[in-house]
Amino acid sequence: MLRLSLGLVTVFAFSVIIFSTFSFLPGDFATEILGQSATKSAVKALRAELGLDKPPVTRYFDWLGNVFQGDFGSSFSGRSKVQGDQGDRSREVVGLIVPRLKNTLFLTGVAAMLAIPLSLILGISAALYRNSYYDRSATGVSLVTVSSPEFFTAYIFILLLATLFPVFPTISNVDEASTLAERFYRTALPVFTLTLITMGHMMRMTRSAIINILSSEYIEMAKLSGASRYEVIVKHALPNAWAPISQVIAINLAYMLIGSVVVEYVFNYQGIGRLMVGSVYNRDLPVVQACALIFASTYVILNLIADLIGIISNPRLLYPK
Amino acid sequence: MTLNKSKELLLEMKNIHIDGFSDERWHKILKGVDLTLHRGEILGLIGESGAGKSTMGKAAMGYTQPGCKIIKGEINFNGIDLAKLTEFEKRKIWGTKISYVAQSAAASFNPAHRLMEQTISAANRLKINPTDVLKKDAVQLYESLQLPDSENIGDRYPHQVSGGQLQRIMTAMAMSPRPELIIFDEPTTALDVTTQVEVLSAMRSIVDKFNTAAIYITHDLAVVAQMADRIKVLRYGEEVEEAETREMLSNPKEEYTKSLWSVRSLIKPEETNEDYMLSIKNIDAAYGSSKVLHNVSIDIPKGKTVAIVGESGSGKSTTARVITGLLPQLKGEIIFDGKKLSPKLEQRSKEELRRIQIIFQMPDTAMNPRQTVDEIIGRPIEFYQGIKGEEREAKVIELLKMIELDETFLDRLPSELSGGQKQRICIARALAANPDLIICDEVTSALDQIVQEGILKLLQNLQKELGVTYIFITHDIATVKAISDEIVVMYQGEVVEQGLKSKILNPPYPDYTELLLSSVPEMDPDWLTNLLNKRSS
Repeated sequence: MLRLSLGLVTVFAFSVIIFSTFSFLPGDFATEILGQSATKSAVKALRAELGLDKPPVTRYFDWLGNVFQGDFGSSFSGRSKVQGDQGDRSREVVGLIVPRLKNTLFLTGVAAMLAIPLSLILGISAALYRNSYYDRSATGVSLVTVSSPEFFTAYIFILLLATLFPVFPTISNVDEASTLAERFYRTALPVFTLTLITMGHMMRMTRSAIINILSSEYIEMAKLSGASRYEVIVKHALPNAWAPISQVIAINLAYMLIGSVVVEYVFNYQGIGRLMVGSVYNRDLPVVQACALIFASTYVILNLIADLIGIISNPRLLYPK
Repeated sequence: MTLNKSKELLLEMKNIHIDGFSDERWHKILKGVDLTLHRGEILGLIGESGAGKSTMGKAAMGYTQPGCKIIKGEINFNGIDLAKLTEFEKRKIWGTKISYVAQSAAASFNPAHRLMEQTISAANRLKINPTDVLKKDAVQLYESLQLPDSENIGDRYPHQVSGGQLQRIMTAMAMSPRPELIIFDEPTTALDVTTQVEVLSAMRSIVDKFNTAAIYITHDLAVVAQMADRIKVLRYGEEVEEAETREMLSNPKEEYTKSLWSVRSLIKPEETNEDYMLSIKNIDAAYGSSKVLHNVSIDIPKGKTVAIVGESGSGKSTTARVITGLLPQLKGEIIFDGKKLSPKLEQRSKEELRRIQIIFQMPDTAMNPRQTVDEIIGRPIEFYQGIKGEEREAKVIELLKMIELDETFLDRLPSELSGGQKQRICIARALAANPDLIICDEVTSALDQIVQEGILKLLQNLQKELGVTYIFITHDIATVKAISDEIVVMYQGEVVEQGLKSKILNPPYPDYTELLLSSVPEMDPDWLTNLLNKRSS
């Protein structure tokens, strides 16, 4: 319960930071849209219409109030330059974000489903055969993947699997009409990239969490009571490793989401990361703020889940004395 | 404990050599030790730390710790040479034919599983009896080990039962598959004396009941005297001597064995003083919301030694923390040399801080591993007395001589010292402040018997020379007998009694003191039997 309220406080603090950061950005949407040569009065009128003339504190609470009602406001872009024009194509932020969020969640979800089990299996087996050639090469390769930046990994995949051996497309265009199979096929490369950049960290941390536990006295005791290797790892070490492992997974899922900003850009995938980059470029404040808030909340939620797993897997916390 | 047990050979270890890898090179841990054990017999294996007794015990199962390996030797168990078996074959013997009871039960149970599951896991692997039969049997074992609520205690997790109970449950776990041999590796070392008696008697009766052979490893002679039919003494990985328990106790042959016996003969004539160095009056103290000291009043006579005794959790160390100002009291006052001390450390003057010094239980963690002996001792000299340069150097050397070391130690790091030397350096560091009162918090409990004796003698000599006052916190009654003038008995945060050593250690006792004193093992092999008879009558 305390964790939950702390999580809420964190999200709230994030919202303040997000809002104030973007408020202090140089330039605003009005000058951006009307151009350098716009008259002062025209800029002023547009600002008034968008509510940009109000003091930041008032704007913040207006925005926050609406967010609580699920209303992230309207996008600045797409609106007509002339007041009262019938061709106002301004869109609700929610309507703009939801389909893209779905795309991003699909991408990261598939990547997570690939990365988590793989890194657990690799990490546990590396711990089991510690200092073997297998362990050394696995940890070595994972260090390389962790250290290379997302776009680099992405371009390597494009070079290998799209240019040299054209198996997958370089551009991951999906729309509402795409079937599931099509989606899997088209997102293959971004999924591989996200998997690879997060797997190294998760695998290494799983390995060290297990190794840490393998040196404890109850593991020696388990061995001396005749437990097999498999039993030692699965029955005795793993139940005690869930807490640290789930923490690492949470951090990496969040990292995956943030990494998707770059990866979506590289593969031209219509996800929330691309939307955010574009909106920052256009000074489209409501969209940027909404995206940032979504990223922040996801981070907090993932960490809450990890904490919850930590509590459930630890009888000391679950059953007090 | 009958001596006419069967002479059928169960275990025969011949010429065991084991090497261990540490500090980048291989060391010899065991240098050719032999061991024989008959069915139903209990062998005591004793020695100081580093003697190789634990390694020998594990080797009896054909197991070596990671970083160790068996170089040479035969381990014949029931006619099979364990040293030649593969890991897979040995696993069929471990936990079922030979089981192991570890020193720290709290660390040796898996925190993620319930106790019952762990108790029967080895027997379950045999697949002879179904799980519910094994569970019933485990409940019976719990019962014969006198565990409370034996029906349901198995449903709990390890953190939900006490250390003494865990140790008994581990014995039940070892007994569950009815092994032919149990290795007890210092099973009661981490327990209080009062708990130790219960665990010892429970273990002894159950081993008797099933006529199981056992190897009992300990550094405590009095304990091994209660358990073993035969005793083998190890030192530096070699056998010193071996004999029947009674023979060994009454007539030890080797000098080394005799020296192990002699530690408890250190005696100090008691004296007291009406002039108090320190008086604490009606102290209450708490950690957060849990109150640990209730109305504690203690007087410490000048130039004398007051021992504070009690089991863990009785508030001994908390009292020391209050006196030093590390934990400000909630209520009551501390009078030091006629003046009131402020509860908080920050509000005490440098002079007040200088006059009270403390020595801790673990010299390893009480010293900065990156500082040399010169820096460790020199810093309080500089800080409290403002002495620098060559004069300081001379002072440090003088202090080193006082603790029976010399200037060759000046540039050494703590890692280059033995346990006893480290504790001596800690004593010198306390002395460097030229204090009037030194609080010794379990200063000898992490050390071997012979080293303990040296430290206690040193502390006594320093008191004679310098007239310093000691508060000696300990749970070891033998130490108390050796060093104290007065004794304070504490129990659950309260003072049970305070008085001269002769008064406290002689009847009539209050109930708790009686229980505490009678629980201290004695060298008499019949002590435990007599005690249990006395208590049950």
